[in-house]
Amino acid sequence: MPETVLNIMIGGEAGQGLVTIGQLLAKSLVRAGYFIVVTQSYQSRIRGGHNTYTIRVSPDEIQASQESVDLLVALDKQTIDLHQDEMSARGLIVVDEAFDRRGDNYVLVPYKQLSPERFANIAGLGVLSVMLGLDGPLVATAMDEFFGKKNEEMVKQNSQVLVGSRAWAEALDKSLARRLPAVTNPQKRLLMNGNEAIALGALSAGVKFLSFYPMSPATSIALTLAAKAEAMGLIVEQAEDEIAAINMALGASYAGATAMVSTSGGGFALMVEGVSLAAMTETPIVIVVAQRPGPATGLPTRTEQGDLEFVLHAGHGEFPKGIFAPGTIEQNFYLTRRAFELAEEYQGPMFVLTDQFMADSYRAVTPFEVADLPAVRPIELQILPKMNYQRYAITESGVSPRLLPGYTKHVIGADSDEHTTDGHLTEDLAVRVQMQDKRYRKLTGLSAEVTPPECRGEEHPDLLLVCWGTTRGAVHEAATRLKTEGRSVGTLHFSQVWPLVPEQFMNHLNGAKQVVAVEGNATGQFARLIRTTTGFHISRQILRYDGLPITPEYILKNLASV
Amino acid sequence: MVSFEGYGNYETAWCPGCGNHAILEALKKALVTAELLPYRVLIVSGIGQAAKSPHYLNVNFFNGLHGRALPAATGAKLANPDLNVIVESGDGCNYGEGGNHFLAAIRRNIDVTLLVHDNQVYGLTKGQASPTTAEGFVTKAQPAGVPSIPFNPVAVATAMQAGFVARGFSGNVDHLSDLIVKAMAHPGFALVDIMQPCVSFNKVNTFAWYKQRCQPVSEDHDPTDWEQAMKVAFTWGDRIPIGVIYHNQRPAFETHFSALKRGPLIKQPVNTTKLAGILESFA
Ligand SMILES: Cc1ncc(C[n+]2csc(CCOP(=O)(O)OP(=O)(O)O)c2C)c(N)n1
Ligand code: SF4
Ligand SMILES: [Mg+2]
Repeated sequence: MPETVLNIMIGGEAGQGLVTIGQLLAKSLVRAGYFIVVTQSYQSRIRGGHNTYTIRVSPDEIQASQESVDLLVALDKQTIDLHQDEMSARGLIVVDEAFDRRGDNYVLVPYKQLSPERFANIAGLGVLSVMLGLDGPLVATAMDEFFGKKNEEMVKQNSQVLVGSRAWAEALDKSLARRLPAVTNPQKRLLMNGNEAIALGALSAGVKFLSFYPMSPATSIALTLAAKAEAMGLIVEQAEDEIAAINMALGASYAGATAMVSTSGGGFALMVEGVSLAAMTETPIVIVVAQRPGPATGLPTRTEQGDLEFVLHAGHGEFPKGIFAPGTIEQNFYLTRRAFELAEEYQGPMFVLTDQFMADSYRAVTPFEVADLPAVRPIELQILPKMNYQRYAITESGVSPRLLPGYTKHVIGADSDEHTTDGHLTEDLAVRVQMQDKRYRKLTGLSAEVTPPECRGEEHPDLLLVCWGTTRGAVHEAATRLKTEGRSVGTLHFSQVWPLVPEQFMNHLNGAKQVVAVEGNATGQFARLIRTTTGFHISRQILRYDGLPITPEYILKNLASV
Repeated sequence: MVSFEGYGNYETAWCPGCGNHAILEALKKALVTAELLPYRVLIVSGIGQAAKSPHYLNVNFFNGLHGRALPAATGAKLANPDLNVIVESGDGCNYGEGGNHFLAAIRRNIDVTLLVHDNQVYGLTKGQASPTTAEGFVTKAQPAGVPSIPFNPVAVATAMQAGFVARGFSGNVDHLSDLIVKAMAHPGFALVDIMQPCVSFNKVNTFAWYKQRCQPVSEDHDPTDWEQAMKVAFTWGDRIPIGVIYHNQRPAFETHFSALKRGPLIKQPVNTTKLAGILESFA
């Protein structure tokens, strides 16, 4: 690992305020011009247990998390026991002196002396910020903003603790400092996680309606939008269940609101009937599925890429859909926008497939120029089509002119039954075939607009690493490290996993000596999808399904054995 | 001009003698009385015999999935509150498959008129028991008789203090039509549970059976008196009261959303200045 990259893990029980330290530190680091990748690992409980908030930081761009820990802030003893084996050679463990630990790699903090117990996390932040060489005012400002809305007394106490703990840490031996290399010309960046980027992408696309039922790790998308609903003029509704959520969103979309739903695998299982309904009624909808390990309730707060095939095949009947799998925060933003555009253009379901790792992963991003990004608008209201308007007119593209109910003299029908061009149910089997063909023809247009996979490295490498969605950063970094060792490596990352257009990537697969798929699931679902669509068999696979994100180390370690 | 003919005249797929014919007529009359233009009306339905109704009317329609009419209607009403939204579906659709949505719609008090064609049976799937089927009723699926007690939608809605609760009978078209007009005029959730004979699969609750029992609520019934309404709602036997059973003036769901104070959602362009401000808060 380059000396300039530092991996800081804050660990403790739920309720000890470790996320607060993490958030404030992350904010300060991004403002100081650093790149960060946050990995959150927590248990499905509100108090107790063992949680970590890990910030990997570097003055240069990074997109992956790291397993070895350089700085461990252990708020409880359990954290030390669980993570001391992960410490790097230069690793330091910051602990309460009361924990009674001895050794060169321990920083013993007199928490009792530095703060009242309930502000211990702030004392930890103070010490940490000095060890990293962060300016006091930077941290203080982030803290004031964070607590600003709460009571003044608390803000005052917090800043006293921060000042006191920083003063204590300034006196620490130099060997216990882990100063980050200075960023000379800090660029303005935003601190944002994947789910926030999805929510903001949706706002920029003009989302007007989101219905949801709470489920980790998707909930924060709805919460982010709910907080902005009043300002941005949209409706966020917590439905009675996921079935209601998707049917509500479809009703809203039919009536003219740009609509979306967000959920995780279990909730999506309930929504599936609605996917099919969107296809049949040709109603635009964006569906975000934030994956977590299954089956059933699985590991509610961990990560996996296990629902690709589920989403791909979701919905009875045969119909086109598109599935995006963003690999960066920026892609979360832009591909969510893209999903809205395509949902409107092709009048049907479009997916954004993410996971817990990306959902909770805060990173530094270049600000989006939203003023230059047009919102998706359903049909212009004032355009009056010819009198013989047919909602489901048979067209070459399969896309029929969509009007909204209530704005013109036409009445607009939508039916879950097979229907004639005016939307009325029919059992005319010839019409059935025409309609099925018409709907399916949209796949041609969709395929022509597929976001191509991103190929990096040599054209004919010895080793080609194939990945999709959130593993992008880890795969890129693993490849970079292999290249510095002189290996011939290429990478192929899919940010849209359906439809697949073989012409876009077959030359890469065929041109490599060895192809390895890297996926966060147990059976190599994407490799299987490649095989069924192209016949190309990627037999070598690096898979991970223990609930943790794929890291560069994980790939390098397992590469040896594939 | 709003006219009976303007709402169209279609061939239906219903059995001759089915109560659905009369309900369709009552609805048409109500739409004309309320002077609603077809393109301002949206009928949302689920799946079942009753749910086919919007195909026999010249109106906007969203014929969605079995049980899911209310959520779709809720979404549509929120997207465009200017639409007059009616939900039409069966007892199975609304109280069985969509039971949770029925409760949620009452709690929300969304301004939607729910017309339940209550034939106390699953018509389209050929006669299985529905939530309102009487205890002991024998079907091919329940050959030993239905073991559960029936759901009383009027009592549940009244108990939950739904905005407007009424019961109608397809055999009394003018009375039913009047109920529908009142339900549509109510600014909030309105239920009209409509007794409807199914000539093919319900040989117990026949036209004559309903005709004998369905009698207007007594003149002195005060539908704003909840306790009185609860008594009426539980009346079921030799006499089945029809008419407005309960109503209140709770504000409709959609009045709680500030976004809707500026009109239908589609008419509100994205404010990129505000969005830029939101993004700035992530800096
Ligand atoms: C998800 C789903 N489950 C089952 C069905 C089959 N189904 C169609 S209509 C119906 C029941 C209809 O009963 P009701 O709602 O009372 O309407 P009716 O036909 O009596 O008017 C059922 C079970 C379906 N279409 N969809
Ligand atoms: S089966 Fe019953 S409900 Fe269906 S159309 Fe015939 S009579 Fe009406
Ligand atoms: Mg029925």
